[in-house]
Amino acid sequence: MKRISGALFLAVLCIFPLFAGDFYINLASQILIAAIFAMSLNLLVGYGGLTSLGHASFLGFAAYASAWSTTHMGLGVGTAAIVAILATMVMAGLFGMIALRATGLGFLMITLALSQVLWGLAYRWVAVTNGDNGMSGLARPMPFGISLDSGANYYWFTLVVFVVAYWLMAIFVSSAFGSALRGTRDQARRMSALGHDVWMIRWITFIYAGFWGAVSGLLYVYYTKYIHPSSLSITASAEGLLSVIAGGSGTLGGPVVGAALLIILKNYASAYVERWNMLLGFVFLFIVLVLPEGIVPGLKRIFSRRQGGQS
Amino acid sequence: MQFWIIQGLNSLALGGLLFLLASGFSLIFGLMRIANLTHGAFFMLGAYLGANAIRSIDGVNLWTAAVGTGLLVAAAGGLLERLVLRQLSTNPLGQVLVTLGMSFIIADACLMIWGGDPIPVPTPADLRKPLLLFGFAFPTYRVVVVGCAIVAAIALYGLLERTRIGAMIRAGVDDMDMARAIGIPVSALFTAVFCLGAGIAGAGGVLGGPIMSAYPGLDADMLPLALIVVILGGVGSLLGAFVGSFIIGFIYTFGIALLPDLAYVILFLPMIVVIAFRPQGLFGRIGA
Repeated sequence: MKRISGALFLAVLCIFPLFAGDFYINLASQILIAAIFAMSLNLLVGYGGLTSLGHASFLGFAAYASAWSTTHMGLGVGTAAIVAILATMVMAGLFGMIALRATGLGFLMITLALSQVLWGLAYRWVAVTNGDNGMSGLARPMPFGISLDSGANYYWFTLVVFVVAYWLMAIFVSSAFGSALRGTRDQARRMSALGHDVWMIRWITFIYAGFWGAVSGLLYVYYTKYIHPSSLSITASAEGLLSVIAGGSGTLGGPVVGAALLIILKNYASAYVERWNMLLGFVFLFIVLVLPEGIVPGLKRIFSRRQGGQS
Repeated sequence: MQFWIIQGLNSLALGGLLFLLASGFSLIFGLMRIANLTHGAFFMLGAYLGANAIRSIDGVNLWTAAVGTGLLVAAAGGLLERLVLRQLSTNPLGQVLVTLGMSFIIADACLMIWGGDPIPVPTPADLRKPLLLFGFAFPTYRVVVVGCAIVAAIALYGLLERTRIGAMIRAGVDDMDMARAIGIPVSALFTAVFCLGAGIAGAGGVLGGPIMSAYPGLDADMLPLALIVVILGGVGSLLGAFVGSFIIGFIYTFGIALLPDLAYVILFLPMIVVIAFRPQGLFGRIGA
């Protein structure tokens, strides 16, 4: 049943651009990109119990790395993508070494401080990042010679990456390593006593989350063809974290739902109100005070209760 | 030589402002285990309120504005603690997220009310003349800011180490359950410390006004510095906040002056060293 509805949903996603207008196609691309970002953050927040407030540093760093190596180094977009992902993973390794000295609120504060340092760097290091003007005039890749410049083509490209990302992250969390990761979240000391290297499990997860963060960053920079320091800001990290928590952390589908709702809200709200940051703040308050478990676990609970009543 | 001395004084002034911000953050974290991400917004709110009071209300000078604004921001902090954070006392992550949400709301409200242009705060007239010492001219106001920070540090030290309330706060930081068990009103202390921290940050924003003026993004500029100070000095430690503030004040000011592009990266270095060798911070006793 679940499998069939999943396949149906995927089919709808595939043929969606055939009957939808450009605005909706682009909205859907944005949602898929934000969903990959939120899912990668969820590996840390939901499965690892490590709440990061600096996840935008991966997205932004990969985007800047790609933009810089295509414009300044003359690399092709494909090569630049590999360089950007590798560089982001190295950075994630270093950041992980620093941030994982702590857990809980300490981890949150360190990740926030590190990402703010990167944000400040993007603003101030004008020679490399072009500062507040951002870097524009960037190109999209051409996989197998297919141009991605149309909205629909880019949507399909993003969809393919999204499906692969979802699938691989699903394998990751259901693997033995994923179980060990959940173990470190729930009972770090016991896991350690059982002979697991808790720090190493967390560090690998941090880098893996950085990898998918970098992928979402590349998709993002291809989509906008432009990159600005605000992609590294605390607002960007907070939007990702809100997607995870609103949708339901520690579930596969939750961050996707959360990201979709957040992007839709952002697009529609910006048509009526200018004050997105304020709205974001109120959404934060609402989610934490009213729906702390998230939307997907909440619905799941209601659904399973009803099923239980029938049988 | 003049360069080094002036930059040194600028460093001290920034360090003093950072102390006003970070000491409250650190105390709140130490006692309540709340990473109050609204703290930068309190600082900015203070700067805006102070700037407006001085410019639009007759007879208000910088000092009365700092005191009045400090009280206002302290009241705002008290409301936040009582009405919102209190509901989430078993959910530390929820508390952080709420303070983050509040910081967005406050920052955007400031932008809405006061617009995007920086609002300069005039330096008090009698402090505009440079101070001549040993043949060098010092900007008097910055010396005064350093003095204010030192006075605040001594006052906080006295409060924490020499009064009954301070003893209660220290007991709460060290072992909250035991403090509760022997009848210390921890709940009331929470509100008091939160108000105190918010108030110092608000007053600090006013005092920082003549140096950095009030502008959108001031909160996002100051909060990470305060976080780094607290990571460096250790949470809950007044001495740590004091030493950390001046270290970061020096590193940041000289970084901006000598390597303007990379000043933010240089902030990394002390943080990395401290986290690598002393994760609880230089003077911290509890893990973050």
